[in-house]
Amino acid sequence: MLEIDTLLNNLETGLKQLVINRKLLNPLMIGIRTGGVWVAEHMHQRLAINEPLGLLDISFYRDDFSQIGVHPHVKPSSVPAHIEGRDIILIDDVFHTGRTVRAALNEIFDYGRPNQVILAVLIERDGKQIPIAPDCAGTRMVLTADQRIKLTGPTPLAIHLENSAPDKP
Amino acid sequence: MIDNVQLNAEGKLKHFITIEGLSNALLTEILDTAESFVGMTDQQIKKVPLLRGKTIVNLFFENSTRTRTTFELAAKRLSADVLSMSISTSSTSKGESLLDTIRNLEAMFVDMFVVRHGISGAAHFIAQHTAPHISVINAGDGQHAHPTQAMLDMFTIRQIKKDFTQLRVAIIGDILHSRVARSQIQALNILGAAEVRVIAPLTLLPAHVETLGVSVSHNLTEGLKDIDVIIMLRLQKERMTSALLPSESEYFKCFGLTESKLKIAKPDAIVMHPGPINRGVEIESKVADGPQSVILKQVSNGIAVRMAIMSMAMQPLGGLQ
Repeated sequence: MLEIDTLLNNLETGLKQLVINRKLLNPLMIGIRTGGVWVAEHMHQRLAINEPLGLLDISFYRDDFSQIGVHPHVKPSSVPAHIEGRDIILIDDVFHTGRTVRAALNEIFDYGRPNQVILAVLIERDGKQIPIAPDCAGTRMVLTADQRIKLTGPTPLAIHLENSAPDKP
Repeated sequence: MIDNVQLNAEGKLKHFITIEGLSNALLTEILDTAESFVGMTDQQIKKVPLLRGKTIVNLFFENSTRTRTTFELAAKRLSADVLSMSISTSSTSKGESLLDTIRNLEAMFVDMFVVRHGISGAAHFIAQHTAPHISVINAGDGQHAHPTQAMLDMFTIRQIKKDFTQLRVAIIGDILHSRVARSQIQALNILGAAEVRVIAPLTLLPAHVETLGVSVSHNLTEGLKDIDVIIMLRLQKERMTSALLPSESEYFKCFGLTESKLKIAKPDAIVMHPGPINRGVEIESKVADGPQSVILKQVSNGIAVRMAIMSMAMQPLGGLQ
């Protein structure tokens, strides 16, 4: 069911269609660390984008600082300084609650005001908690409360379905 | 004195009072976190929402320009509300005790104190007596410690030299009165520097200085050999109560860093100074402003490093989930 190549192909097809539908001009691609960057590296290559991939670490923008503090392995974000007016493709591995994307959007907007942002994810699962949704996904799936999706990579990129304690929000 | 008051039950930073007793892993975590805050300067809006709604009070019982302003900027870039108090404008001059000042500020729902005080141990004292949800950061206490300065120096060194284990570092000048030197020596030893060498006249060295984990030289020309990092210290005239030096010009002649003496160190050696500089007393202007000087880099890095320490110390009550 979770065949990585199929998902990447689906995402590529969806993204290419989205670029046309939304009239994206010279888009800048940004991946969310860590899994999102791995997926973005594939899409960056498949869509033949010349400009280097942007990397976003959303640790400083998370909404759970008052519960868990600073993430101990935070890495610098690397986003071009001039994103004002740009079309941005934001990529993450799994869309779950929507909170990561909320944080990512806030961080992006601190770099400047983009023209438009579209969100593409490898997997969209159920469990949305805020009114944000991906524009395009490699697949959509409904999981039980104790199931979670884990991406390992970057090479080989693989997906595992794990049964574990309830997900972090 | 191992300062466990600094760490919470999970071993995470709660207060930042001294480098002493902290692990290599924790110091490295501070440096790594600071790395991410340096990148923030690319942002149009140079602010992250991490400490939104938190109140930080800079409590400065002693003068400071760099430290107070960088702490203030760091707090603001973390979106905290920050209040800077200095002794001349506070009730302390009207006779209020330190603890009463703290109690009053606590009653205003403060989350963090950044403390500078002329007496060694002041920050530690406040950390012991303050409410459990409040973090205390030492911004310099007497001759004891100035841990955030040491960490920004470590950050600057790592930025340029990458690896501590190969480095020979010389700390030159008024070691006796320098809380910066004490914290630097501790940090360099914890991070595994190959050698920490102090170079100073006997009168400006504490007794048994070698027990701090340093080698000692009383001769700048000999002491600078094979050195990768040169840290100059300010001559702290305001703390000198007895005749420790014949004259400033004599001091400059023997221990002042000049272009020609700089050549004795390794060709890629960097020159650091915690500021404020006494030009022509401990360092020649040509060296302070020269290509090997990273003095202004230290100041810029001070913001990112203090952001890292403040956000790490502001752990939620009850620790990590």
